[in-house]
Amino acid sequence: MHYILEILPSLLSGAGLTLQVFLWTLVGSLPLGLILSLGLISNIKPLQWLINFYVWLMRGTPLLLQLIVVFYGFPLIGIVFPRYEAALFAFILNYAAYFAEIFRGGLQSIDNGQYESARVLRLSYAQTIRKIVIPQVVKIVLPSVGNEVINLIKDSSLVYVIGLGDLLRAGNVATARDVTLIPLLLVGVIYLVLTAVTTFVLGRVEKHYSYWK
Amino acid sequence: MLTLKNITKRFGDRTIIDQLDLTVKDGEVLSIVGPSGAGKTTLLRCITGLEKVDEGEFLIDGQPFDPYTNRTNESVIGVVFQNFQLFPHLTVLQNITLAPTMVLKESEADAQANAQKLLERLDLGDHGDQYPYQLSGGQQQRVAIARALAMKPNVLCYDEPTSALDPNLRQEVEKLILGLKADGMTQIVVSHDLTFAENIADDMLRVEPNQSK
Ligand SMILES: Nc1ncnc2c1ncn2[C@@H]1O[C@H](COP(=O)(O)OP(=O)(O)O)[C@@H](O)[C@H]1O
Ligand SMILES: [Mg+2]
Repeated sequence: MHYILEILPSLLSGAGLTLQVFLWTLVGSLPLGLILSLGLISNIKPLQWLINFYVWLMRGTPLLLQLIVVFYGFPLIGIVFPRYEAALFAFILNYAAYFAEIFRGGLQSIDNGQYESARVLRLSYAQTIRKIVIPQVVKIVLPSVGNEVINLIKDSSLVYVIGLGDLLRAGNVATARDVTLIPLLLVGVIYLVLTAVTTFVLGRVEKHYSYWK
Repeated sequence: MLTLKNITKRFGDRTIIDQLDLTVKDGEVLSIVGPSGAGKTTLLRCITGLEKVDEGEFLIDGQPFDPYTNRTNESVIGVVFQNFQLFPHLTVLQNITLAPTMVLKESEADAQANAQKLLERLDLGDHGDQYPYQLSGGQQQRVAIARALAMKPNVLCYDEPTSALDPNLRQEVEKLILGLKADGMTQIVVSHDLTFAENIADDMLRVEPNQSK
């Protein structure tokens, strides 16, 4: 018990970094994903190709590789990111691609009649997207977005590889130093708590959207 | 008065509407009848600006207008779609007030009061806070009518208003349309049900599938 209290501060500070990566990635990748998905359903072919290529690249290679390329590879061509920024950059670009695909599916499941209905009521395209399409898409994509959000909590441990002091690193350091499994077990418990809380929040959000069918 | 002059609509090299002339007088009901595939929906979609015509012109009270590009708030053509296309995430009242507040810039209070009046006129006074999925087909149709009327259209169009409803509701729809006619509404009703069309019509247009295609 005494030992747990001793290592807890360093684990919690690692968890703090994990949460920061988590939150900033969501803040960046959700809007970016939405914008990309609007490009995917637009009629502008070159734009579609470009975004499709981007999505293919991001989803077709490991996030770990992307992280390493951004932090260790980019400096070779003169682009230097500090560790934390490199992590956010790679995570946001990667997750935006997944979200773009999810949103595209959601957008395409909206009946064309909804757009026509809005059109004959003389709503502008922007008003239609904001008032008619997005509220319906949010409900549709919520479960899939939720899955990605949970994945992101765990994926965030990949920042370990570029030397960021996240939760996993904090646990690993303590385990190596004190030759005991306890820190790693605690790390597992903290991840479980984080995912449990997130699952709960997502459940509430889904419930919030259950007032209509 | 709505006038169509020489309207032609093609899909690829198939001519669906061939040089059609048509006049709908103020306060009258025009029925458009014909077998399935004759181009009734297509004609309605041209009138409501959802399809671009290839030739011909539209006049409202003698003034030329192009339904496809027209974005002014006069010369409004309202539509009740075959499957109504209500906005599922909005209450009945919100469905009706959305466009008047966003497009006509009516105040929320005015739009609400007007919507409530329309709902009462259509025997839906108590249903304002319900969501579309909670309503029967006939009720949904009346919400769609109220939503269209809230935009103060010159002409109200229906595509097959009896097809999505119980057969025994046919007379209700007849009464509804004749009631709106008594209020002075100009209406165009597409149907493949000849008896129904004859019961409501001041004027009939018969369309046949174009032989040349
Ligand atoms: N968007 C479209 N592209 C190509 N052909 C179409 C399109 N919409 C309708 N058509 C064709 O036009 C013809 C008339 O269709 P429609 O107007 O729906 O007839 P109705 O409503 O009288 O049953 C049909 O042969 C249909 O296949
Ligand atoms: Mg039809």
